[in-house]
Amino acid sequence: MSQAPAAAPTARPTAGRGRNLELSEELKAYKGVWVFIEHDRGHVHSVSWELVGEARKLADQLGCPVSAILLGGEDEGLEKFAAEAFTFGADKAYLMKDPVLKGYRNEPFTKGMTDLVNKYKPEILLLGATSQGRDLAGSVATTLLTGLTADCTELRIDPVSKALAATRPTFGGSLYCTIMTLAYRPQMATVRPRVMEMPRADASRTGEITYDALGMVETQIVTKLLDFIADANSNKINLPYADIIVSGGKGLKTPENFKLVFELARVLGAEVGATRPCVQAGWVEADRQVGQTGKTVRPKLYIAAGISGAVQHRVGCEASDVIVAINTDINAPIFEFAHYGIVGNAMQVLPALTQGFAAHLALRTRQAA
Amino acid sequence: MHIVVCIKQVPDSAQIRVHPVTNTIMRQGVPAIVNPYDLFSLEEALRLKDKFGGRVTVLCMGPPQAEEALRKCISFGADDAVLVTDRAFAGADTLATSYALAAGVRQIASEQAVDIVFTGKQTIDGDTAQVGPGIAKRMGLQLLTYVSRIIETDLENRTITVERRAEGGVQVLKTALPCLITMLENTNEMRFAALPAMIHAAAYPVRKWNKEQAGIEDFGKIGLKGSPTVVSKVFGPTPRTEKVEMLELETSTLRDVSLNLIQKIFTRHPTLEADLLTKEMT
Ligand SMILES: Cc1cc2nc3c(=O)[nH]c(=O)nc-3n(C[C@H](O)[C@H](O)[C@H](O)COP(=O)(O)OP(=O)(O)OC[C@H]3O[C@@H](n4cnc5c(N)ncnc54)[C@H](O)[C@@H]3O)c2cc1C
Repeated sequence: MSQAPAAAPTARPTAGRGRNLELSEELKAYKGVWVFIEHDRGHVHSVSWELVGEARKLADQLGCPVSAILLGGEDEGLEKFAAEAFTFGADKAYLMKDPVLKGYRNEPFTKGMTDLVNKYKPEILLLGATSQGRDLAGSVATTLLTGLTADCTELRIDPVSKALAATRPTFGGSLYCTIMTLAYRPQMATVRPRVMEMPRADASRTGEITYDALGMVETQIVTKLLDFIADANSNKINLPYADIIVSGGKGLKTPENFKLVFELARVLGAEVGATRPCVQAGWVEADRQVGQTGKTVRPKLYIAAGISGAVQHRVGCEASDVIVAINTDINAPIFEFAHYGIVGNAMQVLPALTQGFAAHLALRTRQAA
Repeated sequence: MHIVVCIKQVPDSAQIRVHPVTNTIMRQGVPAIVNPYDLFSLEEALRLKDKFGGRVTVLCMGPPQAEEALRKCISFGADDAVLVTDRAFAGADTLATSYALAAGVRQIASEQAVDIVFTGKQTIDGDTAQVGPGIAKRMGLQLLTYVSRIIETDLENRTITVERRAEGGVQVLKTALPCLITMLENTNEMRFAALPAMIHAAAYPVRKWNKEQAGIEDFGKIGLKGSPTVVSKVFGPTPRTEKVEMLELETSTLRDVSLNLIQKIFTRHPTLEADLLTKEMT
């Protein structure tokens, strides 16, 4: 169940069966599109800006404002983040500052968020599908007893009902379904990083800030944040935001051959990605996995070597601008969504590409000099 | 220590095919498995039981055949299994699912107090990661999602300390029992089921509760009726109109094909080359 079309027939429009699909008068008063701005240790997660951009489009269709929601500690620069949210398209910002909101914890954040919703009544609430956003979204939706659609790939306003029509992949990307919350408010959705485009900042845009108090003290909160251990910077892998990714799959056959992927990546200043079986075999770190259970990426160039193109991998990389596939099997599914294909042995093609790119870039640099 | 692990039976999504015309899932011959993410939670529960003694009860909401998934968990070492099953649960979204499972956990807790509820991080068919947080909120439990390691369990003071995966690092959190935990994937490896355990599991009388037996108070909150989300459309991925351009290796050398490809990539995406060149220069 859980947002997968259960049995085939129930996947059709589900009218009747005693369900309430009408919005009550009271809930009709809910207006505006909200985006939860996720930040941690002085840094806003880019997915929040991607969502502000998306919220702007929805709000323009509904004729309503976009609001950024910022919860955090006194010294966490929330005003600065709000100002940035305005440049990306927000009209208002709701700020809640409290020492207990420094560092994400479910309990105070859930209370803060639900209080704000109950007070200001937004129609739509969007969050990033990150470990923080998903933790909070599930809690807030249950507390508010409203609908929540996870990991959406497209958000639209339904022309008839004016409800949020949220499309998401299900069964690992084999199917998509469009989900609406008709009789409840707010309508909630999460979206993964990099699924939506980054909006352009307009430095001239400003907005209005409203402050609210959380009204909680530390002793009321059961869960304590004892420490935050940052990942070692040296092996920080940032696949979702890489411009070029060279990915390898099981077709490379051995971890030694996988080095050919790293060599091409080095010449291109690219990140290295991989399919799930390569991660499971321990060839590369889990953070390099692209796909349904890995990262969603949208680089300018995605080179896939020895990758079959299974749907679980495809959903993670198909938003790339240019996809190049190298595979020995002309019938591999990757050729159904790649832009350029080479039917060949990756162990030969990868070094040739490495040399080719190196030579091309050297030539161009000389020409430019 | 009494631990409840919520699990789901799911179709093995790697083997799923979609009917090209009707866009429905073709389940025939697709094996049903225990949601793989749930096994990381079950294994962690079994480890706590190994350490502190007590019981592990597995709980599932699903159709009658989901009994098999629960049996599988018994073979791994769970002590008891409850299937909450009723036609009235059909069509449940995550909100309605969390209501039914929370009722089931309460019912189990009425027999023996529960210290920890585990759920999987997410399922492989629905993929929402919402049911765990939902159950926690329904039951007023402290919530610990994406847990990568249980550092310490202090039964005397009834606290638990864990590492939780966050963006850019891990949080170290300490909370009070009872709580709800979802384990991150690949944090442990499920033990093997020994032959005697498999024989025991095959004959194990899985308890089946209908909606009344599960202690559901409000029938309007379960199944389709209790689901605020409405599935309005189901469709297959849009086939790409643009076809792949194949570069022939047979008629040309590897070097020429590579240079040709590089030319094509940069023609198609001019800013890419510019970016690379500025990177080279700096
Ligand atoms: C719940 C679930 C979630 C999943 N999530 C993900 C995910 O997030 N990401 C992911 O990637 N997968 C995921 N998978 C796995 C996915 O279904 C596929 O199994 C996987 O993507 C296949 O990886 P692969 O292409 O590397 O390997 P294979 O399927 O083994 O394919 C290897 C390919 O290499 C080609 N090849 C062989 N030799 C050569 C050579 N010498 N040169 C060039 N090509 C060669 C072969 O023709 C073949 O096409 C998931 C599966 C499940 C069930």
